[in-house]
Amino acid sequence: MSGFVAIWPGQASAYSGQVDTLILAFTILIIALSAPVFILMLVFAIKYRRGKPADRKHPVNQRVGLEISWALIPFVLILVFFVWSTDLFFELHTNPVDALEIDVIAKQWMWKFQHPGGQREIDEVHVPAGEPVKLTMASQDVIHSLFIPALRIKQDLVPGRYTSLWFTADKPGSYALACAEFCGAEHSSMGGRFIVMTPTDYSAWLEQSTVDSSLAEQGAALFRSRGCSGCHGPSATVHAPSLEGLYGSPVPLEDGQVVTADEQYLRDSILLPQSQIAAGYPHIMPTFKSVLSEEEVLKLLAYIKSRAGKGGPQ
Amino acid sequence: MSDLATSDHYGRTADDGGVSETGTQRQSYLRAGHTLRSWLFTTDHKRIAILYLISITTFFFIGGAAAALMRADLLTPQGDLLSDEGYNRAFTLHGVIMVWFFLIPSIPNTFGNFLIPLMIGARDLAFPRLNLLSWYIYMLGGLFTVYVLITGGVDTGWTFYTPLSSMFSNGNVVIAATAVFVVGFSSILTGLNFIVTVHKLRCPGMTWGRLPLFVWSHYATSIILVLATPVLSITLVLIAAERLFGLGIFDPKLGGDPLLYQHLFWFYSHPAVYIMVLPALGVVSELIAAAAHKPIFGYWFVAGSSIAIAIIGFLVWGHHMFVSGQSMYASAIFSLLSLVVAVPSGIKVYNWTATLYKGHISLDPPFLFAMGFVGLFVVGGLTGLILAMLAIDVHVHDTYFVVAHFHYIMVGGTVSAFFGALHFWWPKMIGRTYSLVWGRISAALIFLGFNLTFFPQFILGYLGMPRRYHSYDPSFQVLHVFSSSGAVILGAAYLLPFAYLFYSMRCGAPAEANPWDARGLEWTVPSPPPRENFETIPVVTRPPYDYPVEREGGDD
Repeated sequence: MSGFVAIWPGQASAYSGQVDTLILAFTILIIALSAPVFILMLVFAIKYRRGKPADRKHPVNQRVGLEISWALIPFVLILVFFVWSTDLFFELHTNPVDALEIDVIAKQWMWKFQHPGGQREIDEVHVPAGEPVKLTMASQDVIHSLFIPALRIKQDLVPGRYTSLWFTADKPGSYALACAEFCGAEHSSMGGRFIVMTPTDYSAWLEQSTVDSSLAEQGAALFRSRGCSGCHGPSATVHAPSLEGLYGSPVPLEDGQVVTADEQYLRDSILLPQSQIAAGYPHIMPTFKSVLSEEEVLKLLAYIKSRAGKGGPQ
Repeated sequence: MSDLATSDHYGRTADDGGVSETGTQRQSYLRAGHTLRSWLFTTDHKRIAILYLISITTFFFIGGAAAALMRADLLTPQGDLLSDEGYNRAFTLHGVIMVWFFLIPSIPNTFGNFLIPLMIGARDLAFPRLNLLSWYIYMLGGLFTVYVLITGGVDTGWTFYTPLSSMFSNGNVVIAATAVFVVGFSSILTGLNFIVTVHKLRCPGMTWGRLPLFVWSHYATSIILVLATPVLSITLVLIAAERLFGLGIFDPKLGGDPLLYQHLFWFYSHPAVYIMVLPALGVVSELIAAAAHKPIFGYWFVAGSSIAIAIIGFLVWGHHMFVSGQSMYASAIFSLLSLVVAVPSGIKVYNWTATLYKGHISLDPPFLFAMGFVGLFVVGGLTGLILAMLAIDVHVHDTYFVVAHFHYIMVGGTVSAFFGALHFWWPKMIGRTYSLVWGRISAALIFLGFNLTFFPQFILGYLGMPRRYHSYDPSFQVLHVFSSSGAVILGAAYLLPFAYLFYSMRCGAPAEANPWDARGLEWTVPSPPPRENFETIPVVTRPPYDYPVEREGGDD
């Protein structure tokens, strides 16, 4: 949008077009529901103003059928939009398989992005057009919220848990990204650029970024240097669960529950190991919460994920 | 505006004493003692209402000054007037003061206090001393706030979200939380007082079906005050304890959960919106019935919708958390319930429109304020529906769209109704009339200034301007300049009534008992009312709003 003043934000995905259609249609409905009030109030105020002769015979003061109808009809119309909107929202929260996974770490007051290949960016993220991208997001301090207006999406990053966001951007270009949750003194400067590139440009960009090793390889190095391999490695003598093939598989817990080994479970097992103990294993895992940073935890997860297809859990 | 004899509407005869003005000249409540002491130790609900009016209005202008600073700062994209930190402190104080020290107590504590006993035919509230204590508690909370203000303020936003407030903020969080904690007790006690008063002190004949709608809305509000405020109080204690002693209830490193805080906070703070707006809806029902000079259309639907709003209002808090990481199924249910709560609000608006049909509508200031209220309330309410739509909320959450929406409801709605109430009952409270011309001008200016200030913010929000930003992208500047210009008009329009109302206190003509020719027991006593309201307790024999109706062919 150009000109004196923009009134509509640019779109960078098909999803953003769907949201725009929804809000335009809903706006038409609410104008239709409220216009009678505005028009009739003005008409009545003029037509029946005090001292002006008018037909005031037989004013009705109660008509239950009428009142029920003007409560229910608008409500039913609005329910249609509820279904439409909720359906879109559920789509936004159903992660596609085979998405490109990018990690996001927020801290006062910057955004850090880690690509699977190990490329890291600050306050800027490059994504390929036409390919689903899944962001796995963690905050290092307070609550932040990643807001990409051109995609019509945002999601809070809450300390202590992973949140995720996915999208398929389809229009190459550079768009704004912002922090939408008040996060302290420099909240308003915690922004950046969201850059959509054609797949070939994206590959070229990945190539020219200097990286030593992929995220999973960095995680593997941490796995050894932080002592994880001493218990969880293939040659360990300690009775600890193997991490081969663990990611995404069901884990029976000591208390009889069965959980899926998703990102949140793995994170909690590293940082709060006594909260969910796998059935049949002793309570010997120490906490790593003051040892590992959010970035390192995400690297370890990348390593564990990379072992997902390698043999079943024991 | 004829002064109809009161015995016409309430079936009293001259013998039962009633409220005849021809009897012995009784002393008005304003003249019953002139010393400061007689005001500070009064247990008269009308004097306590005046104490609230003065203190609440003072806070309105302190909060307004903070808003003016922010709007001036936002004239330029880089925010040249304030520092980052200064801006954060300004909007936090604006929020804390406006929500807890103006919007929540504004109508209940001034007009509710003044009018409920008069409207139900009682001599005072059920617990007059508790009522005075509530004002002192309000003032104590106010002192804490002023202390926060002069010691540099607080920078967390009025929502005090953890872990920013408990671990990272440099501001005076504990004192600010204490201020809100203290003022909460004032709310709880006032709510209790209203509930007991409505149950126990209605005069003979004042059945539930004859209660003025203003009293119904205050009854509903009081239920929320009593049930929701304690949750806020506990939450604030937890925040203070977390900050002072590192309890870990909200700290994930210690096994706590920041989202728990949001659930607790919004469990109070969403119903709090209805604490602000329900009394406003009650005021507007009175204003519209009196201006149309007609019974309110569908009395029971309007009364019942207040109770429905109060109850459903407790079930929608999760719509503040659609992007927080709560379960998507929870979000879907909160979205649906948020749409349900719009139904009773819609009923009220449609019923008011029907009330005007074939009325004798006076275009006096109270009616103009009521019309302004309806306009702003409808825009605020319908944009609330937009926000309840999940997929749209994801985009506009925490942007200026939300800022515009809640200002339409809370400021456009509540403040318009507050000014409408002030213009409607001012002759009753003070015993003087004010300039109707200036009243009409300020009603129009408030409406225009308000829309110019806040409508551009809907567009800003959809464009992607997050809220609580001190500096912003230059492409947003034009809309911010519109908004700030509107704020200048709005600020002037808010100051204007205080000029002519003050003037009327000295120079206004003495008001009749019933200058609007309205129904309701408060208009049967002299203006200003005597100390004890009614010489003898009245007996009600007629329905509320029993304005004369023209019937065809004389059939009854």
